Amino acid sequence: MSFYEEIKKYAHFDFDSFFERIGVSDVKRTIVRSRLNEQDYLILLSPAAEDCLEEIALRAHHLTIQHFGRVIFLYTPLYLSNYCVNHCVYCGFRVNNKLERKKLTSAELVKESEIIAATGLKHILILTGESRKDSPVSYIKECVEVLKKYFTSISIEIYPLDEHEYAELIAAGVDGLTIYQEVYDENIYSELHPAGPKRNYMYRMEAPERACSAGIRTVNVGALLGLNRWRSEAFFTGLHADYLQNRFPDVEVSISPPRMRPHLGGFPPPFAVSDKNLVQYMLAFRLFMPRGGITVSTRERADLRDRLVKLGTTKMSAGSSTSVGGRLDFDSAGQFEISDERSVSEMAMMLYSQGYQPVYKDWQMISQEPP
Amino acid sequence: MWEEVRIVEDILKIGDRELTSRLFLGTGKFSSNKLIPEVVKASGVQVVTVALRRMDTAFEEENIAAYVPGDCILMPNTSGARNAKEAIRIARLARAAGCGNWVKIEVITDNRYLLPDNHETIKATEMLAAEGFVVLPYMSPDLMVAKKLVEVGAAAVMPLGSPIGSNRGLRTRELVRILVEEIPLPIIVDAGLGRPSEAAEAMEMGVAAVLVNTAIATANDPVAMARAFSMAVKAGRMAYLSGPGEIVDYARASSPLTGFLRE
Repeated sequence: MSFYEEIKKYAHFDFDSFFERIGVSDVKRTIVRSRLNEQDYLILLSPAAEDCLEEIALRAHHLTIQHFGRVIFLYTPLYLSNYCVNHCVYCGFRVNNKLERKKLTSAELVKESEIIAATGLKHILILTGESRKDSPVSYIKECVEVLKKYFTSISIEIYPLDEHEYAELIAAGVDGLTIYQEVYDENIYSELHPAGPKRNYMYRMEAPERACSAGIRTVNVGALLGLNRWRSEAFFTGLHADYLQNRFPDVEVSISPPRMRPHLGGFPPPFAVSDKNLVQYMLAFRLFMPRGGITVSTRERADLRDRLVKLGTTKMSAGSSTSVGGRLDFDSAGQFEISDERSVSEMAMMLYSQGYQPVYKDWQMISQEPP
Repeated sequence: MWEEVRIVEDILKIGDRELTSRLFLGTGKFSSNKLIPEVVKASGVQVVTVALRRMDTAFEEENIAAYVPGDCILMPNTSGARNAKEAIRIARLARAAGCGNWVKIEVITDNRYLLPDNHETIKATEMLAAEGFVVLPYMSPDLMVAKKLVEVGAAAVMPLGSPIGSNRGLRTRELVRILVEEIPLPIIVDAGLGRPSEAAEAMEMGVAAVLVNTAIATANDPVAMARAFSMAVKAGRMAYLSGPGEIVDYARASSPLTGFLRE
C-alpha cells in the first residue's frame, strides 16, 4: 500500500471535462463545507473558483489564524554539497552542467552554522545533490552532529533513502524531511529525468512514507510548479499530503508550492504559473487541510511573500542562499536564483509590521536527555 | 453573608500552590510575545503554559518564556510529544532548563484534530509524578482514564471542551460533568472554549478552572478578550458557589400529582 496506488486511481481521469462542469455555485457551496473531500478540493482548484478567490481567502485566512495563530515559522536552507549524478533537465546542479562542485568540510560547516545561528534561527534545512559517493549518508550524519550544536530542528532535503537510512539520520538528530516529487505526472516525470537514480518515480514517491515509518516528525511534499499544468499537480500534492496525514496521523504534514526559477543551463518552464494561480493553490489547500503546513520559500518575490503571509502560509525561509558555502566567501553557482534577498531580521520586521510573530524555534531536539 | 465569605476565600490548590485566579493562559498563538505580560496583567492570570519547543533561552529577545511575569507559575507543556517517552523527555528537559516542576502533559498522535492519546498520557503522568513533577495531564474526557490519572498521581485533570483551536465550546459537557462529580482532583477544562460565555458555563458546572489560548490570542484585541474571560470565569465560579437553582422543565405553580395531599 502506497500513495502510488491512490494516484493510479486518477490515471484516466479527465481534469478538463471535470472543470468544464464546475460553476461558481459549486465553488460557493464548497467554500462553506466544514470538511472537504478530494472532489471539493478539485472544485476549489477549478478555473471557476478564480472568480471566488476573495471569499476563499477570507475563510483560508480565518482557518490559518485559528489553527496556527498569528505566527510564521522561520527557517533557512543550508546547502552541504552540489555533487549530483542526476540529469534533471530543470535543475542547475544536474550532472552535465559545468559548475564548480563542492561539499562543505566540517570546519566550513561550523563557520556557516555560526553565521546562521547568529541570526537567531533554530530551524535548518540541509540540502545536497544526489551523490552517494560524494555526499553519502555517513557524510550527512557527520554534518548533523555539527549542526546539533547550533540548531534545535534539522530537516533534510536530499536524495531519497531507504527506511533504515532515514532511521539512522533520525537517531542522529534529524526530525524533518522535505522531498518534492517534482512532477506527479509519470510520463512527464520520465521525460524530465532521462537518466540517473532519480528516474525511479516510485522510489521517490514512497520516500515520505519510508521516512514516516522510520519515525520522522515532520514531512513536507510538493510539486515543482511549471513542469506540468499546475491544477492537477496541486491536486496530487494535496492528495499526497492528505494520504500521509491519514496513514501517519502523528506526523506534521506540510506542502510547498515552489515555482520554477531561472538557473544555470536555463530550462524555461513549459507551463506558466501566475501569482493568481499560486494563491488559488494555497487557498484551496488550506480549506482542504486546515491544519496542514504551507511553506513559502525565497523563490517568490519579497512583495508577493508579504501578501502570502495572510493567505495560508505557515512557514517561510529567510536569509537564504542556494549555493554551497553561500554564506562564506565561495563564489559558486546556486541551484536557482532566489527572489527575496531579505535577511532574517528584515523578514522579522516585515512580519511584526503585519501583526505576525516570527517564530525562530518550534522544536526541541529530544534525542538527548538531560543528565 | 456566609456565601460571600466563602467566595472571597475561594482558593484553588494544586500541588503546594494556592491560586486565586481560575483562568490559565496558553501562549502559542499571540502576534507578539509582548502581549503576554499585558494579557496577564489585564486578566490576573497566575498560571501560564508555554511549549518547551518554543522556549529559547539563548535568544532572550524572542524567548517566549522570558515574557511570562515572574510572579506567575510557568507551566511548560509537552507539545509535540507523540508518546509517553517523548513527553517524559520534554518534561525533564524543561525542568533542567529551570522551568520548575509543573508540567502540562500533551501527548498527541492525531494531527488532524489534535486529540490527546489518553493511554500514553497515563503512562507519562505516572512516571513524571513519581519523579516529583506536579503533573496536569490534558486528556479526552473519560471517567476511567481520569480515575487512573488520579491513581498514578496527577495533580489535576484537564479534559478538553472541544478540539484545540476549534472555538467550538464545551461540546464534552456531559462527560466533563461526570468528571466534576466523580473525580477528587481539580478538573480544568483545557481547549476549545471560544467565548467567555462558554468559560462561564464550564465554571458554573463546577470545574475548578479553564485554560484558554486561541480565543484570547487570536482576538482582535487580546488584552480586552483576556479581561472578558477573566470576568466570565469569576462570574461562573461565583454562580457555582452560590448554588444555582435547579433546571426543571415544568412550572411549579401547582402540584398536579400530589397537590391533593395538602387539601
